[in-house]
Amino acid sequence: MARISIEQPSRRLLLQGVAAGGLLLALRLPAAAVEAAPEAKYGADAMPHGVVRDPHVFVSIAPDGIVTILCHRAEMGQGVRTGLPMIIAEELDADWAKVRVRQAPGDEPRYGNQDTDGSRSTRHFLQPMRECGAAARMLLEDAAAARWGVKREEVAARNHEVVHAPTGRTLGYGALAADAAKLRPPALEAIRLKDPASFRYIGKGELGLVDNFDITTGRAVYGQDTILPGMLFAVVARPPVFGASLAAVDDGAALKVPGVVKVVRIEGTPAPAKFQPLGGVAVVARNTWAAMQGREALKLRWNDSPHAGYDSEAYRAALTETSRKPARRLRDEGDATDALAKAAKRVAADYYTPHLAHAQMEPPAATARIRDGACEVWTSAQSPYSVRGEVAARLKLPIEKVTVTCELLGGGFGRKSKCDYAVEAALLSQAMDGQPVKVVWTREDDIQHDYFHTVAADHLEAGLDAEGRASAWLHRSVFPSIGSIFAPDPKHGMAFEVGMGLQDTPFAVPNLRIENGEAEAHTRIGWFRSVLNVPHVFAMQSFAAELAHAAGRDQKDYLLELIGPPRQIPLPQGTEPTQYWNYNEDPRKYPVDTGRLRRVVELAAEKADWGRSLPPRHGLGIAAHRSFVTYVATVVEVAVDDQGRVSVPRVDVAVDCGFFVNPDRIRSQMEGACVMGMSLAMKSAITFKGGQVQQSNYTDYEVCRIDDAPREVRVHIVPAGIEVPPGGVGEPGLPPFAPALCNAIFAAVGKRIRELPIAEQLKA
Amino acid sequence: MVKLRVNGEDRSFDGDPAMPLLWYLRDELALVGTKFGCGVAACGACTVHVNGDAARACATAMGDLDGQQVVTIEGLSNDGGHPVQKAWRSQNVAQCGYCQAGQIMQAAALLKQTPNPTDEEIDAGMQGNICRCGTYQRIRAAIKAAARGAV
Repeated sequence: MARISIEQPSRRLLLQGVAAGGLLLALRLPAAAVEAAPEAKYGADAMPHGVVRDPHVFVSIAPDGIVTILCHRAEMGQGVRTGLPMIIAEELDADWAKVRVRQAPGDEPRYGNQDTDGSRSTRHFLQPMRECGAAARMLLEDAAAARWGVKREEVAARNHEVVHAPTGRTLGYGALAADAAKLRPPALEAIRLKDPASFRYIGKGELGLVDNFDITTGRAVYGQDTILPGMLFAVVARPPVFGASLAAVDDGAALKVPGVVKVVRIEGTPAPAKFQPLGGVAVVARNTWAAMQGREALKLRWNDSPHAGYDSEAYRAALTETSRKPARRLRDEGDATDALAKAAKRVAADYYTPHLAHAQMEPPAATARIRDGACEVWTSAQSPYSVRGEVAARLKLPIEKVTVTCELLGGGFGRKSKCDYAVEAALLSQAMDGQPVKVVWTREDDIQHDYFHTVAADHLEAGLDAEGRASAWLHRSVFPSIGSIFAPDPKHGMAFEVGMGLQDTPFAVPNLRIENGEAEAHTRIGWFRSVLNVPHVFAMQSFAAELAHAAGRDQKDYLLELIGPPRQIPLPQGTEPTQYWNYNEDPRKYPVDTGRLRRVVELAAEKADWGRSLPPRHGLGIAAHRSFVTYVATVVEVAVDDQGRVSVPRVDVAVDCGFFVNPDRIRSQMEGACVMGMSLAMKSAITFKGGQVQQSNYTDYEVCRIDDAPREVRVHIVPAGIEVPPGGVGEPGLPPFAPALCNAIFAAVGKRIRELPIAEQLKA
Repeated sequence: MVKLRVNGEDRSFDGDPAMPLLWYLRDELALVGTKFGCGVAACGACTVHVNGDAARACATAMGDLDGQQVVTIEGLSNDGGHPVQKAWRSQNVAQCGYCQAGQIMQAAALLKQTPNPTDEEIDAGMQGNICRCGTYQRIRAAIKAAARGAV
């Protein structure tokens, strides 16, 4: 189209007799258009509000030398409040004992992107936070040089003071702070970073968590914990079926409950509602208990919803059927159909994974107060600036009139990327003439009205040649899309969904086809830790082990053979114009590197003593995957007793996340990912009947406890220099766990699991 | 009128006797260290001590607390110096931290009854406390460290 619109005016100009100009235009415009096309943006640059590195924004120093560092990313257990400030403190050469961390409010124009999602914080902010800390250090050095009237080159910062080398004079950071605060930060190109060899915090993992004391003494404040003078408490009755609206409410009995103040109707937003609330009826009361009792007493009638027929069993059958039919091609290399037909041996399998609820320990909660035309919100949110945006849109206020104070998140896992609960709080404060109202979600609310992890059916076929090598690989995945909360249901995976463990299949199979079939969403679908990697990698890595078995080969050796030689996989080209997502990172900086994938497989196998002799009914399984531009391989040892009960005595995880800041938090994320992997592999599922979620609490949506979690997770981190760009850590540990477990179960007892959760499948 | 002691202070309550202790602590006394996780005694986030024993505040009715002694995470020690609190810090147990007050209260009660618990005793004592972040391995290590006095 662009070319036509350029050529046509130039032709017209030629006809009008301005030949020279017209010709020039014709020749130049296409080139100019190419030049004007914006360079593709990646990483932090592609995120709204990008990065800010101004030390005056992030660092303040008191006269007593206490350094306060702002953390602008949300803490949900990944350790970011320790990690990012540690980077600044490192370059600032601060004494960590004199560092305090404060949480920034939601303000992206001031702090840069705050959407704490996609395992991006260290990946996007390692370099800017280094520059920020280094710039702060240089300002202190400038201030000292000016104070002493000496040359800039003669002074250097060293552990919370600046030293004048020729005379040995020193000035503490506190004494220099006021002067430094008046100076302009150096230009980016003038910033001198530390030599990584001299790092004393980064890469060591020796610093305790900044919130350790508050967490262990009950002082840590989460979204559920906000207390304001005169605050009211609310719970909301939401539509039992997605898409249903309120027909009638009788609140007579509710209003008689002692402590109940008011019953307020919240309008739902027709789909696609993005992060706007489901709507319903709120009971506002003097305490949470009264609000809950009031809600019990409501008599509610709901209108029918187009999703009232949503039934997990029927949907599963339809999804599986779709997964067996040709669908939209995302990658097509060689001729998979022909190669399958000519294969010496054909293998096919169907895999299924259900909806999941995040079930983070802290149910959603938010508090809002409206005064003088401005709305203040206190909440736990992964993306505080989108809280401001959603609240402002709903209250029809300019975004400047909404503020968000960011409390700790009692777990997030993607749930708290969506801020419907904060909008509810704002609407309820509005309904109470601005009085502060805290909306408390109960666990039942959380389990029944989540933005659920998608349900997926994956169909795989492979052809093996006479030597057992894979000559053809077909992977077709079908799942309702997260896109359905943002736009009319796309019915196919978005680029970021098919880019997670599907399009990016790393195998060296000459005839390879990747497809994505059509599916409709009947509930709110949302990001869950690792997102589509969970179903895709369960299928892909289980199937790899199935092929190994069909070929009579060792799982680990066969997996390495499938991955093939170390190489960078070129961007998969779709037969449809589906751009390969690559976690929104520059493929030149973050290629799909099979060498690194091989290395984690080899490291995990080595550390796990792959092939070690095991007691009867024990088995080892392996799986590996690159996600969030980090490479993880997991070896699970399983024991299946004669009653079919599963336990995991040991897991070895090898992780290559490039350059890393806090190895202790990498270990903790991998440990936690294995427990979450065990939960979703063994017990967790959300099912629907008549459009309603059938689970309601930890009693029927089960997650692992201390007695059935993996007993010991050993984490092995691949060392990397600063030249290897950092990858994500929060999510990549999760996808390989379930397939590694299922591969181990097959090794232990010969039963192949193709459906999660395992639940009773192994019971005699 | 229910008279009870909370963290050593005398308190009286004359509201709905069915109201769980959890909401009294959180909404009326502003002791929000005791967390709301499930409301049905299924997750342990609200664990406190009633007369020295671990109890789920969400399933303990105010009407049953007359004359009882309640200790919450805020009252476990004056300075965060209880051996279990110290062990939790030395092992960097917490991820999000939300369940940890309940875990610590449960572990403190466990160690009072069973000063040197085996793995099986730790499983039995702690299995009512969920950690969705999955810190169980470090919880176990911290309990053992506290038991050894190695903190």
